[in-house]
Amino acid sequence: MVQEKVAITGNEAVALAMKQINPDVVAAYPITPQTEIVQIFSTYVSNGLVDTEFVTVESEHSAMSASVGAASAGARAMTATSANGLALMWEVVYIAASNRLPIVMPVVNRALSGPINIHCDHSDAMGARDSGWIQLWSENTQEAYDNMIQAVRIAEHPEVQLPVMVCLDGFIISHAMENAQVLPDEVVKEFVGEYVPQKTILDKDNPVTAGPVAFTDSYFEFKRAQSEAMIQAKPYILDVAKEYAKLTGREYGLFEAYKLEDAEIGIVVLGSTAGTAKNVVDKLRAQGVKAGLLKLRVFRPFPAEELSAALGHLKALAVMDRADSFNAFSGPVYAEVAAAMYDSGAQTKLINYIYGLGGRDVGLEDVETVYNHLARIAESGKVDQRLNYVGVRE
Amino acid sequence: MANLRELCKEDLFLSSGHRMCAGCVAPVVVRMMSMAAKDRNVVVANATGCLEVATTIYPYTAWKCSWIHNAFENAGATISGVEAAYKSLKRQGKIKDDYKFIAFGGDGGTYDIGLQSLSGAMERGHDIVYVCYDNGAYMNTGIQRSGATPKFADTTTSPAGKVVPGKTQWRKDLTAIMVAHNIPYAAQVAPSHWRDFITKGKKAIDVDGPAFINALAPCPRGWRYDTAEGIEMCRLAVETCVWPLYEVVDGEWKLTYKPKEKRPVADYLKAQGRFRHMTEEMIQEFQEQVDRDWEALLKRCGEA
Repeated sequence: MVQEKVAITGNEAVALAMKQINPDVVAAYPITPQTEIVQIFSTYVSNGLVDTEFVTVESEHSAMSASVGAASAGARAMTATSANGLALMWEVVYIAASNRLPIVMPVVNRALSGPINIHCDHSDAMGARDSGWIQLWSENTQEAYDNMIQAVRIAEHPEVQLPVMVCLDGFIISHAMENAQVLPDEVVKEFVGEYVPQKTILDKDNPVTAGPVAFTDSYFEFKRAQSEAMIQAKPYILDVAKEYAKLTGREYGLFEAYKLEDAEIGIVVLGSTAGTAKNVVDKLRAQGVKAGLLKLRVFRPFPAEELSAALGHLKALAVMDRADSFNAFSGPVYAEVAAAMYDSGAQTKLINYIYGLGGRDVGLEDVETVYNHLARIAESGKVDQRLNYVGVRE
Repeated sequence: MANLRELCKEDLFLSSGHRMCAGCVAPVVVRMMSMAAKDRNVVVANATGCLEVATTIYPYTAWKCSWIHNAFENAGATISGVEAAYKSLKRQGKIKDDYKFIAFGGDGGTYDIGLQSLSGAMERGHDIVYVCYDNGAYMNTGIQRSGATPKFADTTTSPAGKVVPGKTQWRKDLTAIMVAHNIPYAAQVAPSHWRDFITKGKKAIDVDGPAFINALAPCPRGWRYDTAEGIEMCRLAVETCVWPLYEVVDGEWKLTYKPKEKRPVADYLKAQGRFRHMTEEMIQEFQEQVDRDWEALLKRCGEA
């Protein structure tokens, strides 16, 4: 496969992927740092480079509402958002998943208000973690591009039929220029294929009542079926990844294990911080410290068994959360990793670090602080403090 | 146009046995729109509300056409998405048939919580018809006041008490707000004047671009009238000029029905339990406001 190496920002890569996917409908509203995606995509529309009907809605609530309408009408539908935009569309985000509509939505991660802030953290997508959407997280521009293309196939898989969020860190990925390999248009077109909806309200001979009332005698069954779709989704996500790897040589799993196999201490992290942390792991390894890292790509469905199998041998593990749960216990990723580890019977000592809120820069020294803490726990066998914050003035 | 007896025999997209209350005029509004959409392939979007809840209790549906419900405040955006999908798929040759798109929302879902979504849909120029079935309160949740509730009406959140005589504000003029979007067609209708209603429904469906129809839809629970009197309530609203019938075509206002003799608003108010507490002074105040609105409408329509 001849791939083109381009210097491209995360937003440009996502917009390019959208152009190559050529969705039937895009309904979107501008919000920093996602805005560029809709701006760039609108130039594709105005220059006739896509077949898309572009609906310039008056809010994110309407962006998701129109996406639900379009997907119900048999269209391959997309939108994109960040932070408060995702919060505004909340109600309909749940409806999209419940109605089993394979909408794909890049979420350019940004801190939720308040205070208002435009920079990166994961509070937006983490808040939507129980909305029923599959979540793919990206470390860099390349992964954002690759996740977008795979997301379409995952969402539309006949056994999945769930919407997918492709998460990329605001500014850090969305606005930073990196080298990335991109596929020719026709290769993406062939990979995603033509969308054949399982049912549509645009079929006069087979009318559909979409979104009826489901009371006490049926609501639970709908929810149970939705839950089962998420439970069953993992192998299909991996199938799509395998097929994509054949095409590109780039391999994706539920997560990436970095120098983890013989590690004694490690961290779990999502998004761009994984890149920073890999540098720290390399440095520590050079010093003889057995450090490793697990970068979570698929947060929904949550790969509990696979995670605990990959992490269970560690003496000490830190889960890094770029969002706070304000539950006086831990961040959201920690709570789930801890549950998975407990279930597996692992003896690993666990701590949680909350970091980088509101775009607070995360340097090598911050990640080193975490590993140093882990080294002390590994040595003593005792957790002194479960919930920790790094990079904040106390 | 066929007569009413013939129209009733037509295969309509909302079936009978739809589970709406006896005496509710909302399903009459829907069925008259169905008569207007005769021989068309129609997709309906429905805001959350009485009509949606009653007609689609899973696993049953009263809808013979394709129908979509998304949420309360987003029928405008939802039908926008459906229409956009249609345009895109049609342009790409992926579907062959022609479709028309009609959204139904109550006054709560239209005047209040869904106004932004509706405004966006109208401004963007989607080829849709939005029909508000205006029963003047949040009837589905138990008769709470809305932006469409008339002044003095006794509702569960504007109860007529010893100090406050029901709702203290005049209603919002939503049809005029829709006209201000420079849409090609807007109209007010009442099912008592069915020929006028169906004619306007046809125009709304035929017009290229967004159309808005505000349909009076009395509610026997909220208005407190005998269930047989729903159409009579509509007639009283029209004959007293509380609910004038007009249309606005490309910005041109036209009165489509002028009562031969304007009946006093007391005839309308006294027929309903929700206004029973009104004093003669209040009725007088109501009359004066209706007179002012009517005169203003006559001027807009070039009739004064």
